[in-house]
Amino acid sequence: MLNNITQAIKENIRDYGMYIALALIMLIFTQLTDGLFLTPRVLSDLIDMTGYIAVLSVGVTLVIIIRHIDLSIGYVCGFLGAVAAILTSTYGLPIWLVIIITLLSGAIIIGGWTGTLVANLKVPAFVATLAAMTIFRGMLIRVTNSATIFTANDNFNAIGNGYIPDIANVEGLHVLTMVIGVVGLIMFTAMAIASRRKQQSYNLHVPMLPAFIAKLVVIYVVVMFFIWKLASFKGLSWTAIIVAIVVLIYSFIMNNTTIGRHIYAVGGNPEAAELSGISVKFVTYLVFASMGLMAGLSGILFTARLQSATPTAGMGFELDAIAGAFVGGTATTGGIGKVTGSIIGALVMMSLTKGMDLMNVGVSYQYIIRGLVLVAAVVFDVKTRNMHSKKA
Amino acid sequence: MANILEMRNITKEFPGVKALDNVNFQVKKGEIHCLVGENGAGKSTLMKVLSGVYPIGDYSGDIVFEDEIQKFSNISDSEKKGIAIIYQELALIPDLSVYENIFMGHEIHKKGLISWNATRAEASKMLEKVKVKNVHPATKIIDLGVGVQQLVEIAKALSKDVKLLILDEPTAALNEDDSENLLELLKDLKEQGITSIMISHKLKEVIAVADTVTVLRDGKTICSLSADKGEVNERDIIKYMVGREINDIFPKRLEKNIGEVQLEVRDWSAFDRKLGRHVVKQADFKVRKGEIVGLAGLMGAGRTEFAHSIFGNSRNYMITGEMFIKGKQVKFTQPKQAINNGLAYVSEDRKGNGLILMQDIKQNITVANLKAISNGIVVNKGSEIQIAEKYRESMNIKTPSIEQKVNNLSGGNQQKVALAKWLFVEPNILILDEPTRGIDVGAKYEIYTIMNELVAQGLSVIMISSELPEVLGMSDRVYVMAEGRLTGELDITEASQEKIMEMATV
Repeated sequence: MLNNITQAIKENIRDYGMYIALALIMLIFTQLTDGLFLTPRVLSDLIDMTGYIAVLSVGVTLVIIIRHIDLSIGYVCGFLGAVAAILTSTYGLPIWLVIIITLLSGAIIIGGWTGTLVANLKVPAFVATLAAMTIFRGMLIRVTNSATIFTANDNFNAIGNGYIPDIANVEGLHVLTMVIGVVGLIMFTAMAIASRRKQQSYNLHVPMLPAFIAKLVVIYVVVMFFIWKLASFKGLSWTAIIVAIVVLIYSFIMNNTTIGRHIYAVGGNPEAAELSGISVKFVTYLVFASMGLMAGLSGILFTARLQSATPTAGMGFELDAIAGAFVGGTATTGGIGKVTGSIIGALVMMSLTKGMDLMNVGVSYQYIIRGLVLVAAVVFDVKTRNMHSKKA
Repeated sequence: MANILEMRNITKEFPGVKALDNVNFQVKKGEIHCLVGENGAGKSTLMKVLSGVYPIGDYSGDIVFEDEIQKFSNISDSEKKGIAIIYQELALIPDLSVYENIFMGHEIHKKGLISWNATRAEASKMLEKVKVKNVHPATKIIDLGVGVQQLVEIAKALSKDVKLLILDEPTAALNEDDSENLLELLKDLKEQGITSIMISHKLKEVIAVADTVTVLRDGKTICSLSADKGEVNERDIIKYMVGREINDIFPKRLEKNIGEVQLEVRDWSAFDRKLGRHVVKQADFKVRKGEIVGLAGLMGAGRTEFAHSIFGNSRNYMITGEMFIKGKQVKFTQPKQAINNGLAYVSEDRKGNGLILMQDIKQNITVANLKAISNGIVVNKGSEIQIAEKYRESMNIKTPSIEQKVNNLSGGNQQKVALAKWLFVEPNILILDEPTRGIDVGAKYEIYTIMNELVAQGLSVIMISSELPEVLGMSDRVYVMAEGRLTGELDITEASQEKIMEMATV
């Protein structure tokens, strides 16, 4: 029995490692800050600051799955954020148009530049994106003229700072937030049960019923805890809603669509994928275009949050985003990775930053610690992967 | 003679599997000892225990080498004692020269500075020892044929003062000539007092060189047969390997129904830009409905290249010539188009470009035809499971679940998954590249049976194979390829091993 449990832990550690890491980090910081870390205001802020990293993490997860990397995402995010700021303040374009232009430029810039270099000219992505990194650093300084551009449009800024409206306020709780939380959990439960039934009907291996229920209960408790915390502050932010939508869409694409399968196939074995009739080139372009899209979104979230675009925006974002993907269980060698994992990974990275900020840890130590966490995540990946391959 | 090696009660477990179960294995000094068994019998695992790949503590039991209990914690420990292992996948560095490779890891040096002159001189001596002629020690490995590369590996082992040489499927990638050379060399080395252990699936070779044959099955020692006592013969070895007698190696085809031409190429040439030469030269080739066409030839004759060139040209060759499917001229620039036109290609290199090892069985089976189980965008996971279950049953894929990672399957079962993947595409023309390489006798028979069923349903099968008995046993017609050219076409009634070899060595 005990053997079975340790065996189960070993086999699933990859899938749950980041949750454990996140829980540990949150507990430690709560302890060290005398509970400050888990206050509604801090949590709400943590989620908003995770937002712009989380979407980058989602994008780069796909890139890493197909065995490439993108180092340029930080400055592309900064550059596109500046573009969005200029379009809003200087040209006064409507917000929806600004968003569309920014997202499309992202998709075209990274999809076109890195996609062409990597897919067509076979330049290693490391080099292509290293070049793009410095190119967009330069472009960012050019378009901002080395000055901060303020975004005066309140609606635009709400994307990074604002909260969803409320339908009624009961005893200081944000009701719409509670409703969304409860409805979300009900839908999640319904889907989990349906999927379990389906798997059972095909005689596939499913977790034991008690384990299944226990897992659901843990999820209810955790989700409702955070929802309640948020509801007792100002409710869900627009950023949280946007990130949630992105995760839902990407998860669906990766798990349930042919294109998702093609992405995993290309990552798992590009030659086999090509011989199976999958165009590796097309998939590469697509994944980099999606990366650009996410960089654009990240730029909008970040600029809106700061209510301004700065010449140094986006610096170092790639580190947190890539680290988030690795912490979230994406394999360094490609082929394996989940969008949901990367979101948790991003949350781990930003919790570190937030926690250390609260404790007034100097910025030098913060960099060192984040670097060490990235290494730890990769070591964990390599170690748990060996565990699997030894079985063969 | 005394035993140079005794492995006593070796047990090695992987999670969920007992790969070796109380194995006893004795090798006499100065003999050639062959280790045979079906895939997954534990041969390679046993050799990995011996060479220290699985360190002490990872297994139970004792290794006694030269009358001492050995406790190897890595490969270099076992090398120091004079045990060298040569794997199927050669461990040479392609862009370095022969002499650099031979002394890789034990360079001849004075105070840390390499003595290149001594290295070159020694390397020449080593090459002489393994009977490599006409190869300059400064030649890069990449410019040598597989056969010579194999010999360089052995030279490398000899340069380390080897006492016990282990060869894992040394002839798997060699043509008949090179194989024969290698076996001769083993006999020579035996004269010089070097003991060898050879793992092989090719029983003819085993019978030709073995002094003793040990058969493993399901991780257990089944028996040890001695050539001196006349115990070594193919029938018995097969019997012990599979635990049953196999009478028909090739299943009979009940009725042949060969129809019109399905695929034809005329004056077909493929130029490899990287190699800077033609890999296929002016080939005229056709295959009919319901026909199995064998494509024989030696390693490097251009057969796999030919397959790639007609299957959507994923290697980006420069192609001239015409190709017709059912009489209609076609031109493919990617495998996708070939698949849409009814072609399928089961690669010779399952692990390299055939399967996605880290994914499970069902994903591998459906990857080439996702549109059949989707509405164009969303994959129907239910029908995916049904499809996978269907093939698991019909092809007898041995696995606890279709959610098993392909990496964890044996070679034979992996090959069945690869085949299932391409059958699910419902092709008209199926190209099988070395369909039974490295898989055991039982699985071979099953694959032959499937091939027969397919042609009975009206498919055309092109079978590339280096095993002549297989070519002769399964084909209706045989093409022979040599140096990129189709050098002969034989009806099965007129084909023989001798004729094919003659055409293959033009």
